[in-house]
Amino acid sequence: MSENTISHLDFKNDQSVKWCPGCGDHAILNSVQKAMAELGCKKEEVAVVSGIGCSSRFPYYMSTYGFHTIHGRGPAIASGLKVANPKLKVWQITGDGDALAIGGNHFIHTIRRNIDLNIILFNNRIYGLTKGQYSPTSQRGFVSKSSPFGTVEYPFRPGELVLGARGYFFARCIDKDLKHQVEVMKAAAKHEGASVIEVLQNCVIFNDQIHSEITDKEHKADRTIYLEHGQPMIFGKNRDKGLILEGLNLKVVTIGENGITEDDILVHDAHCEDMTLQMKLTDMEYPNFPVALGVIRDAEALVYDQCVQLQIEGIQEQSDIKSFDDLVRSGDTWEVE
Amino acid sequence: MGKRSKVIEKDEVVVRFSGDSGDGMQLTGNLFSYTSAIFGNDISTFPDYPSEIRAPQGTISGVSGFQVHFGHNDVYTPGDYCDVLVAMNPAALKANAKWMKPGGVIIIDEDCFDKKHLEKAGYQTDDPIKEEKLGDYNVIKAPISTLTKESLKDMGLDTKSILRSKNMYALGLVYWMFDRPLDHTQEYIKKKFAKSELIVQANLKVLDDGYNYGSILQVVTPSFHISPADVKKGTYRNLSGNTAVAWGFLAAAEKSGLELFLGSYPITPATEILQELSRRKDLGVKVFQAEDEIAGICTAIGASFGGDLAITTTSGPGLALKGEAIGLAVMAELPLVVVNVQRGGPSTGLPTKTEQSDLMQALFGRNGESPCVVMAAGSPVNCFDYAFYAAKVAIEHMTPVILLTDGFIANGTQPWRIPDLNDWPEIKVPRVTKDMKDWHPYMRDLDKLSRYWAAPGIPGFEHPLGGLEKDYDSGDVSHNPENHQKMVNVRQEKVDRVANYIPELEILGDADSDVLVVGWGGTYGHLFTALDELRQEGHKLALAHFNYISPLPKNTYDILKSYKKIVVCELNMGQFANYLRMKFQDLRYLQFNKVQGLPFTVLELKEYFKSLMEE
Repeated sequence: MSENTISHLDFKNDQSVKWCPGCGDHAILNSVQKAMAELGCKKEEVAVVSGIGCSSRFPYYMSTYGFHTIHGRGPAIASGLKVANPKLKVWQITGDGDALAIGGNHFIHTIRRNIDLNIILFNNRIYGLTKGQYSPTSQRGFVSKSSPFGTVEYPFRPGELVLGARGYFFARCIDKDLKHQVEVMKAAAKHEGASVIEVLQNCVIFNDQIHSEITDKEHKADRTIYLEHGQPMIFGKNRDKGLILEGLNLKVVTIGENGITEDDILVHDAHCEDMTLQMKLTDMEYPNFPVALGVIRDAEALVYDQCVQLQIEGIQEQSDIKSFDDLVRSGDTWEVE
Repeated sequence: MGKRSKVIEKDEVVVRFSGDSGDGMQLTGNLFSYTSAIFGNDISTFPDYPSEIRAPQGTISGVSGFQVHFGHNDVYTPGDYCDVLVAMNPAALKANAKWMKPGGVIIIDEDCFDKKHLEKAGYQTDDPIKEEKLGDYNVIKAPISTLTKESLKDMGLDTKSILRSKNMYALGLVYWMFDRPLDHTQEYIKKKFAKSELIVQANLKVLDDGYNYGSILQVVTPSFHISPADVKKGTYRNLSGNTAVAWGFLAAAEKSGLELFLGSYPITPATEILQELSRRKDLGVKVFQAEDEIAGICTAIGASFGGDLAITTTSGPGLALKGEAIGLAVMAELPLVVVNVQRGGPSTGLPTKTEQSDLMQALFGRNGESPCVVMAAGSPVNCFDYAFYAAKVAIEHMTPVILLTDGFIANGTQPWRIPDLNDWPEIKVPRVTKDMKDWHPYMRDLDKLSRYWAAPGIPGFEHPLGGLEKDYDSGDVSHNPENHQKMVNVRQEKVDRVANYIPELEILGDADSDVLVVGWGGTYGHLFTALDELRQEGHKLALAHFNYISPLPKNTYDILKSYKKIVVCELNMGQFANYLRMKFQDLRYLQFNKVQGLPFTVLELKEYFKSLMEE
């Protein structure tokens, strides 16, 4: 390896990683470091900002700049940082409680503004650091320490919330699916504007196997679909299932049955500005549908931090006020001799 | 113009313009203030408007007022009681009658004192003057609406537009009373209504006719003569406390070479700071109007981490929401200024009224041992100074600073002598440097005990910050008990050592008096005026006014202990008094408190101080 190439090891530091053995977070840490190395990032230009929760310990395990902040406020702090220094590559680490409960307001507004942040949402459908209470993504009826008789509330679907907040980038991946994860992280990093990656992450202690119904090796091919821009929406162990549109709804079909051919299958358009179909894909849930993985939406829009810069530059060009002194001497003043 | 019949020589005068919130009283008051300032008087102004945008017409809750105090001598407050009241309707009279000086002049728009309006204002009879017991006052009943209509009848304007300019008629009349030139107001009208020549002409004519009406009325109308004040040479402008805060930060940004970032959420009465800095894109200010108070401060903390001079602005309820984040800035030891323009509380309280009841919240309103610097500005124009120094302390000591102002000084204005920034102190940014040996994120300056600022982007200084306790010697996360004690101590000591860098407390008045008046923040004008007047009347009295609250100036105890009586005056139930009790337990403190959403009056202060001195 030449001196100039950066490896994922360069993004590790000497701190011992204190997540539980077997926790999905380890894998996510590795893929982020790998993605950064593959993107050729410099350590000093990366800042990782987190809130509170297991996932939010992330900055302590990176050799970059980092800021472990307060519960739910990560997006706001990351927003300020990015606007202060738009050259930085700012990653924001959060969990289902941090982003969707206590930090819901900051999460949606950060997405709405379209600030160029890469937000990784670790979704394990549980509060881990407080040892096992239900979260805003726990399924209705979920039994936990704070819902001993089952919850009576509907969960958020993170992707739906992202798109509902006018998000322009949303992707989903599985914690143990390292290679795919790295690709998704890289796509998020390349996207200009707010990008949200939902990682289906396993909490080995308080909510073990919560995603295994779809992520287990034996079922994954039939119960998930890897979306790729420009590619037909085909899935299944035998690559014989696909999605078509029937009326306003998606439908799972089998290629070769009822006259369906590959040509009938929808082709994924992540760049499409209209999010209608992407929303349908985001919302697909097992058992009626395969769960969509990969980059579901990646459309272009104006980016907040860039626009702040441009507006300042534009106004500075036109204005006669170039300094404090110009300002205080402008307008209504009078002389006392 | 003929000779004036009744000319009253005065050192100072208080005029209040009052009317319905749609009557244009704020503009009228502002124009009059500017003219007086340009004429050479020292001035102090205060707007008083309802918290509703358009409260029901003709009711007391819809009254909007603007008070200006101007004089031949220095003027420190907008004045307690008015010499001249302009009341555009009965509600305005009702709301302000109790604030008249005995024998003062009241100008009313007679046309609006009809049965309907009198009833709306809550008068029982058709003689409000009698009802208010204003028989000894000089009441000038001028049919301002009719005269305005008469003045503009040939201009082809609709009645609504005509009546909209009646405030200029009243203003013209007041200009005559004070023998003030019309030119500044004429220029303003030409600029303001430049889009419609007709409106310009109408307003100019009404202003002129109002002025001439004064000379016609002169047999019954007194006029006043107030000579110009003896003010320091220089270029002046009128400045409100909120604008002064915004400009103080602009000055600090220029002096420190840092970019200015404001994260804020609109809240009365602090919003004008957000608005003023939003206009300052020409000076490169990055303003982030956040989704809530918490995001306001959190974006600022992010920007501070990123190397900007970061500010957040709010009022009491917003400070409550920002508490946790201030704790993060304390822990991360990042520079940050939090401006709290105090208003009446608790809860939503009195949003447009003033109070000093957030002091304890500023000092202690956070979880854990969470010390930060607390400062308070004392007058509209020194909001500039303290915003500048708040930024300087925050940067140089790497600490959050809470700057307290209040609704009274935030909205009040005073003439401000435009400073030369070269005369202001440097702000040295404690950045990391390449030659630092064994640097770690919590390595400290040995004098200030502040850490060094390593903003992302600098190679070799990559580090995580965070809200978890850190090891004193490495900056790594630490749960070690002794280390926590050490870090708690050093964070407190860092704030305490700011006392080595701020001015000592100065005594105003007679250092050898028995009674020491203690005040802090926005009550300065009233306390000083009371002191000044009592001393002129031959009394001995001293005032210690605090702008630095945490830490206190180093000589605080030495000063306090040398007086027989200490009386702490504040617009709350005794928060600063209790703070002093905590700090210096062997001293006794008397209290003078008021929580009515209003500033002190000089009169009530003087009476109380006299009673103390006579005891």
